[in-house]
Amino acid sequence: MTAQPLPEHPDFLWRNPEPRSSYDVVIVGAGGHGLATAYYLARNHGITNIAVLEKGWLAGGNMARNTTIIRSNYLWDESAAIYEHALKLWEGLPAELDYDFLFSQRGVLNLAHTLQDVREGVRRVGANRLNGVDAQWLAPDEVAEVCPILNVSPRTRYPVLGATFQPRAGIAKHDHVAWALARRADAMGVDLIQGCEVTGFLKDGDRVVGVETSRGRIRAGRVGLAAAGHSSVLAELAGFRLPVQSHPLQALVSELHEPVHPTVVMSNHVHVYVSQAHKGELVLGAGVDSYNGYGQRGSFHVIEQQMAAAVELFPVFARAHVLRTWGGIVDVTPDASPIVGTSPVENLYVNCGWGTGGFKATPAAGWTFAHTIATGEPHPLNAPFALERFATGALIDEHGAAAVAH
Amino acid sequence: MLLITCPWCGPRDEAEYHYGGQAHVPYPERPADLDDEQWAAYVFYRDNPKGPFAERWTHSTGCRRWFNVLRDTVSYEVLASYRLDAPRPELPQAGGNR
Repeated sequence: MTAQPLPEHPDFLWRNPEPRSSYDVVIVGAGGHGLATAYYLARNHGITNIAVLEKGWLAGGNMARNTTIIRSNYLWDESAAIYEHALKLWEGLPAELDYDFLFSQRGVLNLAHTLQDVREGVRRVGANRLNGVDAQWLAPDEVAEVCPILNVSPRTRYPVLGATFQPRAGIAKHDHVAWALARRADAMGVDLIQGCEVTGFLKDGDRVVGVETSRGRIRAGRVGLAAAGHSSVLAELAGFRLPVQSHPLQALVSELHEPVHPTVVMSNHVHVYVSQAHKGELVLGAGVDSYNGYGQRGSFHVIEQQMAAAVELFPVFARAHVLRTWGGIVDVTPDASPIVGTSPVENLYVNCGWGTGGFKATPAAGWTFAHTIATGEPHPLNAPFALERFATGALIDEHGAAAVAH
Repeated sequence: MLLITCPWCGPRDEAEYHYGGQAHVPYPERPADLDDEQWAAYVFYRDNPKGPFAERWTHSTGCRRWFNVLRDTVSYEVLASYRLDAPRPELPQAGGNR
């Protein structure tokens, strides 16, 4: 394994137009999901009279703040289907978008440290295979073959008893993913409008007909919300509630190192996940902070615990220095699964609740949300993720396979 | 790390506590009369404000008692803490770990 050079820093990839007074579709949120939605609305449905509104700067929220892990080894059929659709799209996107965003299928190990972890992992491997998702169960010596720097000694506090392995999983250069989607959407006529905060909704009875923004009133045939941690704030402005809670989710990176870590390692039990970025930083994540928050920072004890776990699993990390920490705001649902579909307001659609799983889902979230906005009906892949499931009880409880403590 | 004041034990680090979500969510008065939508609202829907939020915490490594906290979800400042049988305090002025 050798360090890869980064792609050339791009020049201008999209226009910065003034917002027009009306569009066929307004997407709120120019993160990965909003950009992917606009891209697929144009590509799959021929709708190009679109504005994507962003209160800050393009892809400056969770898209800039995640650990870039891509995988589809979720337990339930509904989740495996949508995340595997995403992974298949990821595999074609660099060529399709003509942009090398360093999608690297280096595999992911989900470690087991207890007998119950082992049973859950073996069960999930079986479920994944039945759903056409590549998955293997590895014994500790096989885990060490995939990731030689991992300490699989039986004498650690929480020994590695095995791991699930998804070879097609990996990482991608998150900023470049956003820029690649933005460039293509822009080229197809989509207006990407930064510094434009949605402050209210224009309604005609129960139907949305536009948005109020910090840059004026914009009428819209249909409106799609893709605002992650701020989805419930927007929903409230539009007059309905969402069953989501916003939590800080932290990550950190080390200084640069030679390539030492060949895959992605996640552990639910001791709770850390680690990969090595192309440039050389070790990228470490943990669980969400327990309390609600919008502050884009989290608590120190979470960092302390994730680093303790990392050093026990990877003794070679003991002298690495933390370069920087940051937090994103994730919107967590009661069943740790997203909400993608219609809302109680006509012509207003929601894509939210991805919690800690949003980045990996980017293309599938865009694909299915674009379908829902274009047709007014859910795509078969997002139909199970309707808001109604909280009343019907048809929950998709992915707390375990989300692999991040919610 | 948050500094949270337990009404019985005084100020302690956040790590001594566990979080319990929104405070002042009453159990339905007539549960048998609720339809599915109303049950969903009670079980799954909670406020998620930007700004002061009344929430429950338990002092799990201390006295193990539950209490309520008013905390700003943007600044993370703890504005007040109070016992479960006390009403949500008014905030005449922001600030302070009272």
